[in-house]
Amino acid sequence: MKRELPLFICALMGITMIIQYFIPHPYSIKFYQTVIGWFIIIMTFAFVLGIMSIARVHWNKVSRKQKDWFYSLVALISLSVTLFVGFAFGIERGKPFMLIFEYIQVPMESTMFSLLAFYIASAAFRTFRARTFEATLLLIAAVIVMLGRVPIGYMISSKIPAISGWILDIPNLAAKRGIMIGVGLGSISMGLKIILGVERSWLGTIGGE
Amino acid sequence: MKNLLDKFLKMDRRYIFFLVALGVIIPLIVPIGLPVDITKPVKDVYDAIDSLPEGSYVIISLDYDPATIPELDPMAYAILRHCFRKNLKVITMTLLPAGPGVAEMATKTCAKLENKKYGEDYVFLGYKVGVSAVILGIGEDIRIPFPQDYYGTSIDDLPMMKGYKNYDDTEIVITISGTNVPASWVAYAHQRYHVNVASGVTAVMAADFYPYLQTGQMVGLIGGLKGAAEYEKLVGVPGKAFVGMDAQSIIHSLIIILIIIGNIAYFIVRKSKKEGVG
Repeated sequence: MKRELPLFICALMGITMIIQYFIPHPYSIKFYQTVIGWFIIIMTFAFVLGIMSIARVHWNKVSRKQKDWFYSLVALISLSVTLFVGFAFGIERGKPFMLIFEYIQVPMESTMFSLLAFYIASAAFRTFRARTFEATLLLIAAVIVMLGRVPIGYMISSKIPAISGWILDIPNLAAKRGIMIGVGLGSISMGLKIILGVERSWLGTIGGE
Repeated sequence: MKNLLDKFLKMDRRYIFFLVALGVIIPLIVPIGLPVDITKPVKDVYDAIDSLPEGSYVIISLDYDPATIPELDPMAYAILRHCFRKNLKVITMTLLPAGPGVAEMATKTCAKLENKKYGEDYVFLGYKVGVSAVILGIGEDIRIPFPQDYYGTSIDDLPMMKGYKNYDDTEIVITISGTNVPASWVAYAHQRYHVNVASGVTAVMAADFYPYLQTGQMVGLIGGLKGAAEYEKLVGVPGKAFVGMDAQSIIHSLIIILIIIGNIAYFIVRKSKKEGVG
């Protein structure tokens, strides 16, 4: 029953929502609006569950003194302090919550992202080799797009941004569209499998089953 | 010669890091002022906003977090200032949990620069969990996902929001993001509710959204710092993107030079190794 009930609710809601989409009756629209409201409420609870889950993982690591437990302790303290100051003093600008955000989170995340420039330059020098025909094509395309995306490319030749645009508009678009159609078909297939109960991995392990 | 090139190929990466650091810092201190050409996808976003009559409602979803601030903040600021200068009614929000701080900072700063009043000229709705549900919810009634604004004020108590219901009252949705969220705006807001969608994304994400431009599902696209610099030029507010263009030009050139030198050295070493074996 622990498995059958969620499967039944999933199938019922899935089929109902598909049918609802094609019925523009006021009752159907009202039902749809209620479901969206519920969806947001459920997602919010899922968010809370996620926070609890991550807190439990780190707590276990700290309590068992596992490898790198100190970093988990930092994560737990950061989580607790941020939650406390948010609830206690509010989240408007100038309050401790926003000060933590502006002076700790923003510089840390920006720094991590900026480091990419250094590693990309180093990795490009070491690994980007024209070993095969395909690799050579990729290399030429990359160089043109990189030049085409900055003013210096336009200064070298006005044709570079044009060729860069062509690469993005034609070969890139063709490849992306192929991938997107594949992903779309895969999503429909997965959605149907979940609604019909063929795909059950989302249930996780209930009662050891 | 072979040994020298071999050593060059295996050089300490900190030398490259040092070159990159110089390439970023020097142009920021001593700007070169390289010219910025305007591309069509960016001009299309500008024209779509510029052609709107005063008082039109615009949703700007600032769907990015601190990691992508250096690249996306300049375009967010330029777009927000453009909308405020056109006296449009701006609704800002975010669909990323780490986004409210960034979005609030951008909204408030630009509103202050353009002397706009909260609740009358703009509102900030904050963050709500569930990307697709929020986008679909706004399509029915914005009060479903956002009964209150970020500060806890009821939507109905905000003068600007009286008479606003859903996408039918919205001229355009602009999403600025370093994630795949713009695709959700296209799929749920444009396809289902037929509202115009434009997007500003990081340079690495830009290629992903070209199919939407070609189909007309996006009215325009601003890609990376270059796109932001173009928009700043169009609006006439040169900012961080414009300054950053010099540094980015030098870094791109440096990476290309490193790739070319690396390949030349690699092939010379490989050839001499083959000849040595032979």
